[in-house]
Amino acid sequence: MKALQSILLPVAASLVAIVIGAILVAALGYNPVSVYGSLVSGAFGSLGNLGNTITASLPLIIIGLGIALSFQSGLFNIGADGQYWIGATAAVWVGYHFTSLPGWLHMVLCLLAGMLAGAIWAGIVPGLTKAFVGAHEVITTMMMSYIAILFARYLIEGGPMQQKGYIPQSPLIASNTQFPYFTQGFQQAQLSPISMIIAAIAVLAAWFLLYKTTLGFSLRSVGLNARAAKYAGIRVKLYIVLALALSGLFAGLAGAVQMLGVDHQLLDGFSSNYGYTAIVVALLARNNPLGVIISGLFFGALTTGGQNMQIASNVPASLTNVLEGLIIFFVGCERIIPQVIGWYRRRRSARAQTPAS
Amino acid sequence: MEPVLEVVDLKKWFPGVKANDGVNLTVRAGEVHAILGENGAGKSTLMKVIYGLLEPTAGEIRLFGQPVHFRSPRDAILAGIGMVHQHFMLIPALTVAENVVLGDEPGGVRFDRRQAVQRVRELSERYRLAIDPNAKVGDLTVGLQQRVEILKAFYRKARVLILDEPTALLTPQETRELFNIIRTLKAEGTPVIFISHKLDEVLEISDRVTVMRAGKTVETIDTKGATPQTLANLMVGREVVLRVEKPPAKAGSPALEVRGLRVRSADRHERVKGVDLTVRRGEILGIAGIDGNGQFELADAIAGLLRAEEGQIVLDGRDITHLSPAERTQLGIAYVPQDRQLDGLILAFDLADNVILRDFRRPPFSRRGILNRRAAEAYAKRLIEAFDVRPPDFRRKASELSGGNQQKVILAREVSRDPLVLIAAQPTRGLDVGAIEGVHRQLVRLRNEGKAVLLISLELDEILSLSDRIAVMHDGEIVGVLDGAEATREQLGLMMTGQRAKEGTV
Repeated sequence: MKALQSILLPVAASLVAIVIGAILVAALGYNPVSVYGSLVSGAFGSLGNLGNTITASLPLIIIGLGIALSFQSGLFNIGADGQYWIGATAAVWVGYHFTSLPGWLHMVLCLLAGMLAGAIWAGIVPGLTKAFVGAHEVITTMMMSYIAILFARYLIEGGPMQQKGYIPQSPLIASNTQFPYFTQGFQQAQLSPISMIIAAIAVLAAWFLLYKTTLGFSLRSVGLNARAAKYAGIRVKLYIVLALALSGLFAGLAGAVQMLGVDHQLLDGFSSNYGYTAIVVALLARNNPLGVIISGLFFGALTTGGQNMQIASNVPASLTNVLEGLIIFFVGCERIIPQVIGWYRRRRSARAQTPAS
Repeated sequence: MEPVLEVVDLKKWFPGVKANDGVNLTVRAGEVHAILGENGAGKSTLMKVIYGLLEPTAGEIRLFGQPVHFRSPRDAILAGIGMVHQHFMLIPALTVAENVVLGDEPGGVRFDRRQAVQRVRELSERYRLAIDPNAKVGDLTVGLQQRVEILKAFYRKARVLILDEPTALLTPQETRELFNIIRTLKAEGTPVIFISHKLDEVLEISDRVTVMRAGKTVETIDTKGATPQTLANLMVGREVVLRVEKPPAKAGSPALEVRGLRVRSADRHERVKGVDLTVRRGEILGIAGIDGNGQFELADAIAGLLRAEEGQIVLDGRDITHLSPAERTQLGIAYVPQDRQLDGLILAFDLADNVILRDFRRPPFSRRGILNRRAAEAYAKRLIEAFDVRPPDFRRKASELSGGNQQKVILAREVSRDPLVLIAAQPTRGLDVGAIEGVHRQLVRLRNEGKAVLLISLELDEILSLSDRIAVMHDGEIVGVLDGAEATREQLGLMMTGQRAKEGTV
């Protein structure tokens, strides 16, 4: 019953958001059926579109895992975007150095570099200051996120990682570190089986870590009741640092996977916002690693579907941002739904009683 | 006498639970009417129904002879029902007068502060509830905050006053003052409904007692002539052992020694100021004291949750002053903390996870960092059975259990670790008679098995009936140590205020 409810509520929240979105679309003078139709077909309509959706959702899923993990540890890692970019930067740097290494080893090294960079970025400053002086992680992770993005920008705009020439971009990573794409079906989608496998492993690892290990038990204890965790003999400060570091590790991994699988170099822009969307992904999944797959795909679909929607029906793609906002709103206040049901029941029973009494 | 409040065959059913299932109650003018029952007997539900927070499934409530239907507390207040909840509904940042008038402020658009203060002063004189209307509520003691709640009720012209577990958070002195207030109200003709599960208080203050059990009112009897034993039996529905039977102590070698211990609490105040203490194997050492005199910080320091600023803690000859809580647990210190929901349990975890909370890092509950859920479940099943935890289901979250059963889970976990020393801080706080009996039996059993028990309690009766020796703590120091069999309430009461024992250790 409870397990069912925990699935139904986010789904209901999403549905309510979609319905309100439809009303909005209709109010703007479009046909909501065709608009949503173009959104769905843009996301899932062809193998290529499906591939694009998966490509867009992979970073969301991997970052979302880390954010879910920090939430379960009672911490709000709001700076995953910076951890993602610092991971990406580290992976790219390793990717165009050490070119004499065999491809697979070089790939692993890039991924490790990304994970380590993300973990350090979240673990050292936000983690240690949270644990030892109580600095709030929402502020510190956010600040560190700006630093990461500005640092990465400096590196490619005149900094040591800029490729020769005038364009602010890094050199391409060695071609044997670039993940091979599917040769059939998903050709257009920049989708690699390796990325998908890494994401799957990340999901399983996060789930296993949270629910099957003493580390996860300790993290969840700290998240649910730090005082009881201390009483239980858990070193709360250590686990605060670990939680943030692990959260950053996933974000860094996402950055590395994105570089090796899609971008192959650092480009100016840094405006993917994956780190922020992933917060919603984790929330919608109720911080359950397995749920993150579904909510990650959902938001990936919104992104790719939204682009198609703009082309096919002239509705601005930013409508998907509105949808996203509505979903955040309804997931955030999902308590309202049981309350409305309760209110309705009370009213009905009150009406049934009044003539009797 | 004319009945003020009548409850006739009241039923309140929730899905799967009949919280109230046939409640009959008649409260007369000018009487103090106690409602006695174990936790979960339906007292709180009944009060919520009377106060308009819940709508009854069936039955009738009559106030001064008139049937009433309250849709909300506002209706109940307008009809003259005043309720003081167990947990106060006050705003700490506001003054006494502001809190009292809140929601019904004098003055038009502008708040008329002077009139508010004036009205509150009049009320406090009339009901002899001495309090400064301009004091900030956050600065008041719990006892005084309760007075503010009572004033609030009378400001809203309450004609019946309901006190829900009013002594749960009070010191013995504050309880006495509350009882004086209740007597004044009674003399004025205001009926008071006094909800409690404490037998001695009910016997002391009430005129009649209605006993509730499993959602039903069992009986209403005159307090005169009732004994603790008759009431306890009515409450629980069977013969209850009120006195703790224990063979004479066979105290052995020291298990725990504390020397010159100084401890600061989390807010950096020095709470323990040089304590020396020895607990021997096979004895229960009780620590008596008024709340806030350092006894709980002492317990936390022994368990390793607070750092020792100075001094030494020795467990079985081994200095553990600088060991981590986990290491101390390992060496044989078990701890039932004061606040079971805040410290003792992770409420959102199920029982299987809660029983391994102290040991999840060790086999069989985990190996090389991988949890073994099956071992935890098997262990939980065993403890649940041995300690009669209800409902007997390890998949239940700790939050879904009653207070008594939560305490059973903690006790089961701590006692089953086969500890050398058990520190029990307020182990029966908020528990009902049946559950208290069980906890006491466990403590005595441990002692008889040759373990050392350090019992910290604010309830003098508990200290007196269980302890082999009693140390009295005041202002962070041990004022004296008395023999448990010879100590009297009066003696302890004096020492708790800081007066040294005439004879005995200093």
